[in-house]
Amino acid sequence: MSAPPVVDGRAGGAAAPARSTTPTAVERLKRRIPLLPALVLTIVLTQVPLLGTVYYSFHSRNLLRGDAIEFVWFANYADILGDEHFRTAVLNTVVLTASTVTLSIALGVALAVLLDKAFLGRSVVRTLLITPFLVMPAVAALLWKHAMFDPVYGLLNWFLSLVGVGPIDWISELPMFSIVLMMTWQWTPFMMLIVLAGLQSQSPEVLEAAKVDGARAFATFRRITLPHLRRFIELGILLGSIFIVQTFDAIFLITQGGPGQATMNLPYFIYQRTFRAFEVGESAAAGVIVVAGTIVIAIFALRVILNLFREEG
Amino acid sequence: MQSRRRSTRLRTAYGVALSAVVLAVPACAGAGGGGGGSGETITIATVGNPQMQDIEQLSSEFESEHDISVEFVTLPENELRDQVTQDIATGAGQYDIVTIGTYETPIWAENEWIEPLDEYASEDGYDVDDILTPVRDALSYEDTLYAAPFYGESSFLMYREDLLDEAGLTMPEQPTWEEVAELAAELDEEESGTAGICLRGLPGWGEVLAPLNTIIHTFGGRWYDEDWNAQLTSEETTEAVQFYVDLVREHGQPGAANSGFTECMTAVSQGDAAMWYDATVGASSLEDPNESDAAGRMGYAQAPVQETEHGGWLWAWSLAIPSTSERKDAAWEFISWATSKEYIQLVGEELGWTRVPPGSRASTYEIPEYQEEAGEFAEPTLEAIEGVDVNQPGLHEQPWVGVQYIAIPEFQDLGTRVSQEISAAIAGRQSVTEALDKAQSYAEETAESGGYSG
Amino acid sequence: MLETAPTPPASGEASHSERAAAARRRTRRPRSLGVAALAWTVGLVFFFPVLWMFLTGFKHESEASTTPPTWLFVPTFDQFRAILGRDFLPYFLNSLTASVLSTVLVVVLAVPAAYALSLAPVRRWKDALFFFISTRMMPPVAIILPLYIIANNIGLLDNVTMLSVVYTVMNLPIAVWMIRSFLVELPAEVLEASRVDGASIGTEIRRIILPMIAPGVAATALICFIFAWNEFFFAVSLTSTKAATVPVFLTGFITAEGLFLAQLSAASMMAALPVILAGWVAQKWLVRGLSLGAVK
Repeated sequence: MSAPPVVDGRAGGAAAPARSTTPTAVERLKRRIPLLPALVLTIVLTQVPLLGTVYYSFHSRNLLRGDAIEFVWFANYADILGDEHFRTAVLNTVVLTASTVTLSIALGVALAVLLDKAFLGRSVVRTLLITPFLVMPAVAALLWKHAMFDPVYGLLNWFLSLVGVGPIDWISELPMFSIVLMMTWQWTPFMMLIVLAGLQSQSPEVLEAAKVDGARAFATFRRITLPHLRRFIELGILLGSIFIVQTFDAIFLITQGGPGQATMNLPYFIYQRTFRAFEVGESAAAGVIVVAGTIVIAIFALRVILNLFREEG
Repeated sequence: MQSRRRSTRLRTAYGVALSAVVLAVPACAGAGGGGGGSGETITIATVGNPQMQDIEQLSSEFESEHDISVEFVTLPENELRDQVTQDIATGAGQYDIVTIGTYETPIWAENEWIEPLDEYASEDGYDVDDILTPVRDALSYEDTLYAAPFYGESSFLMYREDLLDEAGLTMPEQPTWEEVAELAAELDEEESGTAGICLRGLPGWGEVLAPLNTIIHTFGGRWYDEDWNAQLTSEETTEAVQFYVDLVREHGQPGAANSGFTECMTAVSQGDAAMWYDATVGASSLEDPNESDAAGRMGYAQAPVQETEHGGWLWAWSLAIPSTSERKDAAWEFISWATSKEYIQLVGEELGWTRVPPGSRASTYEIPEYQEEAGEFAEPTLEAIEGVDVNQPGLHEQPWVGVQYIAIPEFQDLGTRVSQEISAAIAGRQSVTEALDKAQSYAEETAESGGYSG
Repeated sequence: MLETAPTPPASGEASHSERAAAARRRTRRPRSLGVAALAWTVGLVFFFPVLWMFLTGFKHESEASTTPPTWLFVPTFDQFRAILGRDFLPYFLNSLTASVLSTVLVVVLAVPAAYALSLAPVRRWKDALFFFISTRMMPPVAIILPLYIIANNIGLLDNVTMLSVVYTVMNLPIAVWMIRSFLVELPAEVLEASRVDGASIGTEIRRIILPMIAPGVAATALICFIFAWNEFFFAVSLTSTKAATVPVFLTGFITAEGLFLAQLSAASMMAALPVILAGWVAQKWLVRGLSLGAVK
């Protein structure tokens, strides 16, 4: 369908199961061996604790009280689903993820296109641009909170004051926007790198041909480059979403979910239920709901958007 | 080779074995210690406050005298609570000493998470009676001491004497909140960017709720009545919260909803706020000329009141021994050193008298050097602490001990949630009535689920 | 062809086409001045917060929070001295151990796994791959308490090896995915030609396949190293003293009482610098890693 018109000489250099003789049982087992260490370790460290979480989610337990553990069926789930703050957290997570991913992919494409052109000091600019992605997220959060967003000493307000705007109390007045701004700063370089990789894998011959045909730059970009970039953009969206949905450091260190519930996202919601209330049962139920939800979304994201598991052969 | 046989096995099936085999060696290496008292290592979890950093710096003195080495885990206040509660509640036992406050002490004592200290404290020259009475009361459960105070604090009003003079204003010795609000209006300078007063607005029960709850008390409001009926929407409580939110919104510092102790400290020390109602320990840093432009220009008044005689809170960062610790004797040796008169002397001589941990011992306030160097705020601090009634800080009797918190385990969560609503009101995202309506329903829920009411 | 059809050129051709592209670009000089100005502006804007952190780390506390911001000041090393005085080294070494060990483990585990999911696919390999990726979507906070209790029961709380293993599992999904995409890029003919009869899978991976995808593996390793070094939540939750890493050290500077921005900046810088430098030096790898990893 959307196969880019450009296919390099060596298109589809895949080496996948060319030798597809039906394997015997022994051979099947042998083939499985390389997979097992990674698989087993992953299961032990993710599924076993997850089982623990599932177990807790059916029990009433508060670590702060010495109460006995009690089996309560689905009471925790009912509590969580009936909790207005949980629904707010779901909504906030969607807003935060969608805005950050959209903004950073848009900026990332623009910057990648810019960096794909030749100019003086291109590699230095690229170095500057990728830096936010390398900065430890906890550091980035503290840096933005104290040096950028602070209403009195923050640099954002100082810059705005130069053009006669402000002062703005960023975290109180525009909490979600502030978080999105900071996250976009952090994730744009990541998107840019992915898209840049895509741009550099474009065949120059086709672009050249398009130019000879008299296509204008923008038309070339839209008809040739953009379709070629599609899969890269999709990958950026997918990876970006995986990471940004789990945003914890920034919320924890900048807003603590506030003011009110304005920036309460799911990881921080669960964190608060676990470590402020020590309501182990309820937080476990929230965790299970979130895991189930992400798996549904993951199926959607992986199978539909990325066509990763498109039928082969 | 045994190890090889094992590694083949784990490949085939049992993943649990993997972590066990891979990790067993370093785990054993880490778990040393325990033998006889000499060369023991104790682990202490502390908050990242300046006084705690001082103790870390001076601990080498202790280590060389006692042949016990001390490892510090320094965390921010919230993080510390999370970690230590998790550690103790799950019986992990990573810490031999934990730094806790007056809020945690009676609750943890009731859960038998921490050791009673009476026996230890009555020994040798520790002089437990020297500990200030309100602090000692707050750190006791059923008349038994469970934590030793490292430093104690109340709250008072700090103000820029020079700015008041310039404006021709005077601060009453015992101001009322109404007077403070009037002063704040006068001192609020739009152009120069000096706020009339700095007040906490940061979510967190240890942040915005600390000053706010003292105001609720002195206005005659309360969280719960004697039978645990939530009173957050009562007339007095609403009036108090409305007063606080109005004051900080009209004459407070910018970014109030995100200001905690630290932010206000910065604002005052940079000359960006004329008054500050907060912890008495704030004064030690404000008077440090290396850190603060306001040093030498500050005045101190007792916590403002409205209906009550006294308006301050009480808090003490204290050291306690978790019952899971396997090195309790060594832990006490360290605690007795860190909370002793000798330690206070040591800090004064080594680091300077303004850095002495205040508010723990009466004898501190009799040291001539301390009176000399810190007299400005030492007297008001002592007076503030001694004036606190932890059993009934407000107009009404209350079924718990404590001023700026409700001493029940659920308060961490309840307080956090209520503080978020208050903070949102300070940010102007909802009205005080809306915030208190939600707060009231949380408080009712908590009283019911915790089995306190009815 | 069993794998999907449209494939951008792999590493070999990339440099060639890059060169061609560069040649082509050289013909469009006049507009490049505007491009350069724009790119430099954006680059500096993005870099500015980091630069500011760097500057603040060399200030006195009273210069760190001012209005207007202090631009000119006499640099001081006080903050760095104070940090080194607080025993930074053990944290640094723990971070290094956890990051390096987990990266090595990731590579050792991910290469065979990716092999089993591409060149010699096991049955239901799609499900296996999907499983790996889905574990990365699970919020860590949802499993932290059971993990904590398990770690405690087997005596591995506050243990660097435990932390490394956790990071390994955290990074495995991305690594398996990336390495798999390098593997399916390998031309079938080359693979067939170099295949030695009777060689075991292990030998095949080590002798033949690994050298061919070495640059991709290096890129994957770099990315895993970055994620491991920067990880905050597990580090704060699962360690206290013996195994505490740099982010834990950093939180010690979030004090509730006192001015601190300059010291915090200095500490932040020391925490972030190793990965920033590694990323700068190896940025070509970053691009390549994400490019090859992109397509499959």
